[in-house]
Amino acid sequence: MLQNLAERIRKDISLGAQKPFKKVIDVSSGDPHRADLQHVSFLRQVLAVCVHPQLLEDKCFPLDVKIRAQKLLEACDGASVGSYTASSGLRHVRQSIAEFIKRRDGVPSYAQNIFISAGSQRAIMIAVKLLASGEGNTRTGVLIPAPCPHMLYNVLEEAGLVLVPYQLTEEKGWAVDLDKLHQALKAARGNCEPRAIYISNPGNPTGHVQDRKSIEEVIQFAAAERLLLLADEVYQDSVYGKDREFISYKKVLFEMDRELAETVQLISFHSISSTCIGECGLRAGYMEVVNMDPEVIYYFDNTLCGDISTPVTGQLALDLMVNPPQPGDSSYDTYIQETFFTLATMSRNAQLVHELLNKLPGVRCQPALGGIYVFPRLHLPCGIKAQAKLLGLKADVLYCQKLLEEEGVLAGAGEHGEMTDSFHLRSSIRNHKAL
Amino acid sequence: MWNMKQLAYGALARRANQIKDELRQGVRKPYKEVIDVFQGDLHGAGMKPLTFVRQVLAACVYPPLINSNNLPLDVRQRAQKELGRCVGGSVGSYSAAAGIPEIVHSISEFIKRRDGGIPSHPENIYISPGSQWSISNILNVLVNREASPRTGVLIPVPCYNITVLSITQLGAVTVPYYLSEEQAWALQVEELQRALESAKGVCSPVALYVINPGNPAGYVQSQKSVQEVIRFAWEKRLFLLVDELYQDCVYGENCEFVSYKRTLSEMGPPFSGTVELASFHSVSKGFLGECGLRAGYVELVNLDPAVMKHIHTIFSKDSCAPVLGQIALDLMTDPPKPGDPSYPLYKQVGPENCTLVINSLPGFSCPPLEGGLFAFPRLNLTPKAVQKAKVTAEMQEDPDTFYCTRLLEEGGVFTSPGWEYGQKEGTYHIRFCIAAPQDIMEELLRRLSSFHMTFMKDFS
Repeated sequence: MLQNLAERIRKDISLGAQKPFKKVIDVSSGDPHRADLQHVSFLRQVLAVCVHPQLLEDKCFPLDVKIRAQKLLEACDGASVGSYTASSGLRHVRQSIAEFIKRRDGVPSYAQNIFISAGSQRAIMIAVKLLASGEGNTRTGVLIPAPCPHMLYNVLEEAGLVLVPYQLTEEKGWAVDLDKLHQALKAARGNCEPRAIYISNPGNPTGHVQDRKSIEEVIQFAAAERLLLLADEVYQDSVYGKDREFISYKKVLFEMDRELAETVQLISFHSISSTCIGECGLRAGYMEVVNMDPEVIYYFDNTLCGDISTPVTGQLALDLMVNPPQPGDSSYDTYIQETFFTLATMSRNAQLVHELLNKLPGVRCQPALGGIYVFPRLHLPCGIKAQAKLLGLKADVLYCQKLLEEEGVLAGAGEHGEMTDSFHLRSSIRNHKAL
Repeated sequence: MWNMKQLAYGALARRANQIKDELRQGVRKPYKEVIDVFQGDLHGAGMKPLTFVRQVLAACVYPPLINSNNLPLDVRQRAQKELGRCVGGSVGSYSAAAGIPEIVHSISEFIKRRDGGIPSHPENIYISPGSQWSISNILNVLVNREASPRTGVLIPVPCYNITVLSITQLGAVTVPYYLSEEQAWALQVEELQRALESAKGVCSPVALYVINPGNPAGYVQSQKSVQEVIRFAWEKRLFLLVDELYQDCVYGENCEFVSYKRTLSEMGPPFSGTVELASFHSVSKGFLGECGLRAGYVELVNLDPAVMKHIHTIFSKDSCAPVLGQIALDLMTDPPKPGDPSYPLYKQVGPENCTLVINSLPGFSCPPLEGGLFAFPRLNLTPKAVQKAKVTAEMQEDPDTFYCTRLLEEGGVFTSPGWEYGQKEGTYHIRFCIAAPQDIMEELLRRLSSFHMTFMKDFS
């Protein structure tokens, strides 16, 4: 609804209508290009050459771009990005991803446990669809954080799963609370069969980054309650809070005791839509499946056959994401500059927004330590709550509507499943100019 | 039937990838490369992409190329136009879930032109990552998972296997109607009737899936046949799901593609205003052959507004189709015109050679190919041969799987066995793509002939 309103306002502006602002600033989505952030040159250059190999003869492209494009084209059937690939993704790219994970975590990773799909949302869909079973009281349930990303509702509902929300603790920067996990599980048993727990780290939309202890707690909880861990680590590259660091669930798992490391089942997700790459429009992500029965793994591949294959340009972008230019390569300096700029922007924006929002009466904002959103809480006066009720809207939606109409800023209303009497809005912090 | 065999289906593809890897690593085989004609993958089979398309896409991916003098003017102008339609001027942005509005509009104009001026409305068109995705979404609306009896969908035999997968994955039942091989795979209404009756007590059929031009069988329906199907769908109140991906691949003499939508419209009332129709197309086949870009669309006709709303919700839940794919769709539906510097020339491989060769081989028969991208010849094996093949096959495979496996290992040609698409009990077929450049096609036929003669000798 807010999107439609924004469209209308944009149209009005283009037709010359007078408004208190010149253009709509859209910070509702995690789309960096929408927010005017530049793409990574190396990535776009390699892709351009892969799309049109005649560019290999063009002098304007650096040598490392050409070498990489050639290598990637060799991995494609018919040396073309227009060919189907194996349903689980190009072997070459799966191997690159495995190597990236190994470098990142210091733990072995195997290409055959990596499945590429058209975006991490699709991967999550496939994983939960395979999990889904039962009817009525025995329907499979998935523990999900409150708040959580929007798309999760759609995915789980479509797969016929029961959502079991566990509250994150806002006062502690949206940390995961073991008691709340137990509470949620207890309440759920009886009307569904909880078999998995979803967690996003860094958090979407909260901006929380878990420390090792927190991750260990979640892993132990999952192990004790025999839950499959679905770790959405799409924002792993955007960590800027002081003294914060991204550690993958897999790494933590493998550094815990042997029995846990060999039995806890984990699927972790990543994609090119987030991070410094931000290529949402290319549509590609992957999942790594850990400690899963090989017969079950077989079905991941099988289910992906239904999509035939993931967009090849997206797969190649995945390869470029996990295998960026190295020191000494012609494109290295530019690459470092561009990604550094992106991270610095996020970090600066996070701080600015946090400070500003906390100065405003009626707004409290936890510090965002990672991810691409801030998620401030609105303590709204009764007046607006009443008005909202009359209009049949939630108060935070009405707030966002007014924000859009009066200031031309499109933010996302807090429809993320947080507690019913609290109101939040979600704002992306990627936009460097407008903020 | 299909579900159990899914396990074997993947095995052949995995083996082919293994062999390709081995060849890349320098392992010696009786052939230097695998001729991959397993899927309708034009580039995989050696066809070259269209220069104009790739130039525009490259400039969209890396916009500084728009200022390059190495690219023709119309390419640069077109790239600029396409980028202007993208949010933030970048192919890396999400687009509207239904597709970039200007491109959806382009598609509607294309459909209108193709169908002789019959209007096409952008709000009835949805773009998705490949046509299969759209088919799944529409099926999602049609199939009631909780219904008893289960939802049924009539499908042709032989049929495109991925759609069958989508149908069964949703919990619906496939109701096969057999195309008549002896009559060049003609669709007979009596057979549709029989199929519908066979569903009584088993499932509740709601839709009729048709592929025209065909896959895997290479037929092109006559207008009369299309009318008959429409009439049948109207009588039995079935939703028509029409796969028209190969509409640009028509080469049979006196064959012409006429869309279901056009035929429906020209039939007039009561059909034209009531038969519900979804037709699918994509950039994967035809002139572009850009399977790897993943973009297709569906046009919906005569759907109830409430249903359209629901469909809109389903498509909105997905993220958008890849932007590069959407741009390719635009280039497909709005190509360069005569006079433009890049006015394209597209050569189609004549399939006449193919049927001639196949029909000259003993134990092989194939009706003349009229359209589509595949040959679906029948393997005429004697019962003795079938028996012998079954005994020799390691995993008790059917003769057609056994044939394809041997053809891959010994001949380096990757084809698919007929059971994947459905065939009449006791008959065996193989399918392979015929959209390959001439030299590759000739090599394919040479290897196939040589292998075939040996196989028939060993198993007669």
